[in-house]
Amino acid sequence: MIAPSMLRYAAASATRQTRRHYGAAAATASAEKTFDKILIANRGEIACRVIRTAKRMGIKTVAVYSDADANAVFVREADEAYRVGPAASGQSYLNVAAIMDAVKQSGAQAVHPGYGFLSENAGFVRALDAAGVAFIGPREDAMAAMGDKIQSKIIAKQAGVNTIPGYDGVVRDAEHAVEIAEDIGYPVMLKASAGGGGKGMRIAHTAQDVRAGFKLAADEALSSFGDGRILVERFIEEPRHIEIQIIADGRGNVLWLPERECSIQRRNQKVVEEAPSTHLDADTRRRMGEQAVALARNVGYSSAGTVEFLVDKHRNFYFLEMNTRLQVEHPITEYVTGLDLVEEMIRAAAGLALTTTDQGAVRMDGWAIEARVYAEDPEKYLPSIGTLARYREPGSWRRPGDVRCDSGVSEGSEISMYYDPMICKLSTHGATRDQAIATMQHALDRYVIRGVTHNIPLLRDVVSHRDFAAGRITTAFLAEHYPHGFKGYRLTPQSAWELATTAAAVEFVRRARDGAQRGAHASFVVRVPQLQDDGSVARLESSVDLRLKNASGAPALQGTNAFVATATNPLADGAAETREISVTWSVDQPFIETAAGATLQYLCGLALGMRVQFMGTKFDVDVVSRRQHELMQHMREEEAVDTSRLVLAPMPGVIVSVAVAEGQAVAEGEEVAVVEAMKMQNVLRAPRAGVVKKVHVAAGATVGGDDVLIELQD
Amino acid sequence: MFSATFLARRSLATHSRQRLPVSLTQHRFYAIANTKDAEIKARIDEKRQASLIGGGQSRIDAQHSKGKLTARERIDLLVDPGTFREYDAFVEHQCTDFGMSSQKITGDGVVTGVGKINGRTTYLFSQDFTSFGGSLSKTFAAKVCKIMDKAMQVGAPVVGLNDSGGARIQEGVDSLAGYAEIFQRNVLASGVVPQISLIMGPCAGGAVYSPALTDFTFMVRGTSYLFVTGPDVVKAVTNENVTQEELGGATPHTKKSGVAHDAFENDVVALARTRELLSYIPQSNRETAAARYTADPFDRADAALDTLVPADSHKAYDIKDVVSRIVDDARFFEIMPEYARNIVIGFARVGGRSVGIVGNQPLVSSGVLDIDASVKAARFVRFCDAFNIPLVTFVDVPGFLPGTQQEHNGIIREGAKLLYAYAEATVPKIAITTRKAYGGAQCVMSSKQLRGDVNLAWPTAELAVMGAKGAVEILWRRDPEGRAQAEAEYNRLFANPLPAAQRGYLDDIITPSTTRQRIIEELEILQHKKLSNPAKKHDNMPL
Repeated sequence: MIAPSMLRYAAASATRQTRRHYGAAAATASAEKTFDKILIANRGEIACRVIRTAKRMGIKTVAVYSDADANAVFVREADEAYRVGPAASGQSYLNVAAIMDAVKQSGAQAVHPGYGFLSENAGFVRALDAAGVAFIGPREDAMAAMGDKIQSKIIAKQAGVNTIPGYDGVVRDAEHAVEIAEDIGYPVMLKASAGGGGKGMRIAHTAQDVRAGFKLAADEALSSFGDGRILVERFIEEPRHIEIQIIADGRGNVLWLPERECSIQRRNQKVVEEAPSTHLDADTRRRMGEQAVALARNVGYSSAGTVEFLVDKHRNFYFLEMNTRLQVEHPITEYVTGLDLVEEMIRAAAGLALTTTDQGAVRMDGWAIEARVYAEDPEKYLPSIGTLARYREPGSWRRPGDVRCDSGVSEGSEISMYYDPMICKLSTHGATRDQAIATMQHALDRYVIRGVTHNIPLLRDVVSHRDFAAGRITTAFLAEHYPHGFKGYRLTPQSAWELATTAAAVEFVRRARDGAQRGAHASFVVRVPQLQDDGSVARLESSVDLRLKNASGAPALQGTNAFVATATNPLADGAAETREISVTWSVDQPFIETAAGATLQYLCGLALGMRVQFMGTKFDVDVVSRRQHELMQHMREEEAVDTSRLVLAPMPGVIVSVAVAEGQAVAEGEEVAVVEAMKMQNVLRAPRAGVVKKVHVAAGATVGGDDVLIELQD
Repeated sequence: MFSATFLARRSLATHSRQRLPVSLTQHRFYAIANTKDAEIKARIDEKRQASLIGGGQSRIDAQHSKGKLTARERIDLLVDPGTFREYDAFVEHQCTDFGMSSQKITGDGVVTGVGKINGRTTYLFSQDFTSFGGSLSKTFAAKVCKIMDKAMQVGAPVVGLNDSGGARIQEGVDSLAGYAEIFQRNVLASGVVPQISLIMGPCAGGAVYSPALTDFTFMVRGTSYLFVTGPDVVKAVTNENVTQEELGGATPHTKKSGVAHDAFENDVVALARTRELLSYIPQSNRETAAARYTADPFDRADAALDTLVPADSHKAYDIKDVVSRIVDDARFFEIMPEYARNIVIGFARVGGRSVGIVGNQPLVSSGVLDIDASVKAARFVRFCDAFNIPLVTFVDVPGFLPGTQQEHNGIIREGAKLLYAYAEATVPKIAITTRKAYGGAQCVMSSKQLRGDVNLAWPTAELAVMGAKGAVEILWRRDPEGRAQAEAEYNRLFANPLPAAQRGYLDDIITPSTTRQRIIEELEILQHKKLSNPAKKHDNMPL
């Protein structure tokens, strides 16, 4: 047992720490009684997130976990943990009966559902109600009312919330279409009632457009879908996804909080969010907030909820749907408001009032950005599975608490195929948007993840994009800027020079450590890969001369080295440029910092250079001496045998099981077969994402070392 | 062996002089100072010039077109720039048979000398395929022997760059005698100074035995071959059709025969990696390996190690993950990565100190000890012991591999080699049992009784005569019903590190995350360890 005095100390220190994140709201936290013990019916980062606030409020926490999560961080952090089933979420995190057992066994007085899983499951809420256990979320009827998309739109209309204007019935003919268009206002979209995917879709700005478009759209719809019926609705120009967070208690207090802009999405999943939005003015913000509150009041909503809107380029906004749970991207709202949304939810569930009930007191302080770090390749968004061989989250940068990581993993954690491949929600805060962006860039550069493929290269590029900096974002941002997927950072003349000289400086320090560098001068040839438009990789070659300029005259193996660098620049017609550079790197350690403000990651040494991460992207940089370079021309390019599409038997053995079938899509790192040798089972994993082309073996087969077991294709 | 075209007198035409890779002025000033006779000066210049160009420009071009560098180019990349000092550049052969007296190439097919590698003295010879096909003559051998003798006296490694057609047939037994002279020195130098062989072209016939006697042999993929008899002879004698690559290329020697310790993609990479290897090993058996600065904290705890060994003992894990998490900067120079992959060997540093790592590999055949694994590790353990490199052994071994294939090929004799190597080694020996240590294999893997200095175990360790299932099947042979209960009892009693620790066979049970700090501290304590084996002419290990 922990002594009560210890507990108070722990709570107090947690409060101190948390206040940095959530602002001053925590001041009233422990004053009123909420619950003694709550259960979190979720996993991963959101379970950790809820546990953190609960601990600060002096509430004991109960985790539930599947077999795959037995060693997970959230299980370790909770005061108690109960197993609820095997890895598959259908049998564990969605298993209402097992979770109810855990609730009863643990004596938890309330359940926080997190997001996903059972968070919007009215049946689960009913089961808790029946057991007399509080649900930390809205009432069941409010949840049910908003859960149905059609019904929620009807309710929204009744509550005076803007919905996308359109005609619900079937359009008779072109003239009828014009009539409707005049009624709902231009521009309008004519689309096939049966369709999708852009077929039979026309945008019309005038009555003439409507007449012309109607026939074309109807014909196209008929030929594509065998159904010529056409719908008309308002066309949303340059749509943005902007949502309003509301918080409500059971005592009639409903507040709206500043918006979150979540337009940067891939496959309808948010990737980068920010609060507030560059697009809204104070008046629009207030009107959206008031409509969101009206909707919440209309359904008697309590707890935290989110009203999603589509906003066009003229700042017209239209209701999409309401999410009756804590949103993934809630940290950015907490950053700008200083509120702890989990605390507000717990208070509401306990029948207490919100920590503040005055709309005028809601703050909008600075700017916050969230980037979702996924274990997935940034090109095709295919998930990657594996162990986090190295994992280090970035810390605060310019001031304490300006970087926040919501994650549920640590070094050695497993990213499994059973759940969402999100590794972390990385959020940063700044007094201005530019500051928040700069902090985000820095934090992404200092995020160390190895062992799985991740999307930091893409995130780093998005937050450095000119259009992002200018706030020119729509829901089509990723599709427009990376039509064929993001393939990696493209060097500019300036960054190519910087990468080449920094790599040379790093090599200088490595050679000094090895006793191979004599004197203050060194010449290198640096070759950097650069992706070309046709998908091929060019090697940019730069001749780098370094002269050490340290005051001591000797190279430092730890800390900063200053050089005068002269380097030719392949992206500037080979012109040589001389500049003073200074590079901070402790030999073989992960971070390389330049006086020019760049942070690179030293990933590993290669036989003739090194692998570094620069601007989020990995580069295999050759750094060789002049003589090595001269002689390299005589070397033959080794014909690379592409084994990445093959799964080979690592040793002779017996196939225990084959987990895939021909034609099945697999993620990188996904289990494809198990081989047993010497009573030891080896799980064989897909070396890359793809589709199974051929399976050469079946369970029970005896295989030899290096036998081809499974072939993959794109 | 090599065609007569190699013997064609090289041309010293002016155009080849102009294409010299190295300026003559760099080389001549010390040799001709104060020489009054202009004609002598000119002859010295000419001979020096001739030695630099070897077999001539057309052969140099041919060498390049095969993706190979010349003997001198290789030296340029092997040693620190400007540190090579050549000896015997003027040597020419003394053979007169078959018209050889008129066919001389100054230097006689091999470049020898001394240079610095990472600032440390290293002797080297580089066979010149452009000159007489790199064939070995009496004088060629004498040049090599001269630097080997010097290396032993000075106490510095010898690196041999091999690229030779074989014996110089015109010299007959003189050439064979030359080989034997080199072999003798390889043997005398063994255990005194490190010897490294790079195979960068053909190396056939008797020539193969010099690399075989050295400590490490590296090959270059696609351009190097090692065989006692070539494909033509093989065809004539055994009627086997086989290519050079299949017979003696890098693939068979790194994967099947274990003759080569690794292979690299080209000359440039092979030479760079050789420099790296030398950084881990001392100059001679009179020294310890140089410590190297590291920014990796000595007390870096690695929490991921605490969960790295799977709870299910039938699940494998990669011992190389364990090694790279513990050593400095995750750098592990693996030796023989493709051969007998059920055991892992190589060099690393902990706290800046060089160590030899041996680890059973659960990922491959459960990490079982078989003939190949035993021999692979035994030779490595003996190298480390000879050169004062402490041994860190990671133990996860289910036993020796059963079966007629193993028994009939002598697992008893071959397995004894590893036992012998560990038992005779007097360098600091630290062993960490991560999981299984069963049966005789447990005794072999750096056990306490083989004079292990510090024997540690992770909480997941199981030191026992055998696994629970096998044990119970023997002990409860007549009582199958009682087995389930007995198995549980056996697991409770033996499938943990306590019985061994209670008897002092383990010195401590440690938290995996603290392993790095523990190894560094123990090695510091052990650095002045003194232990000698009884005086003897030499031992008689089971060969």
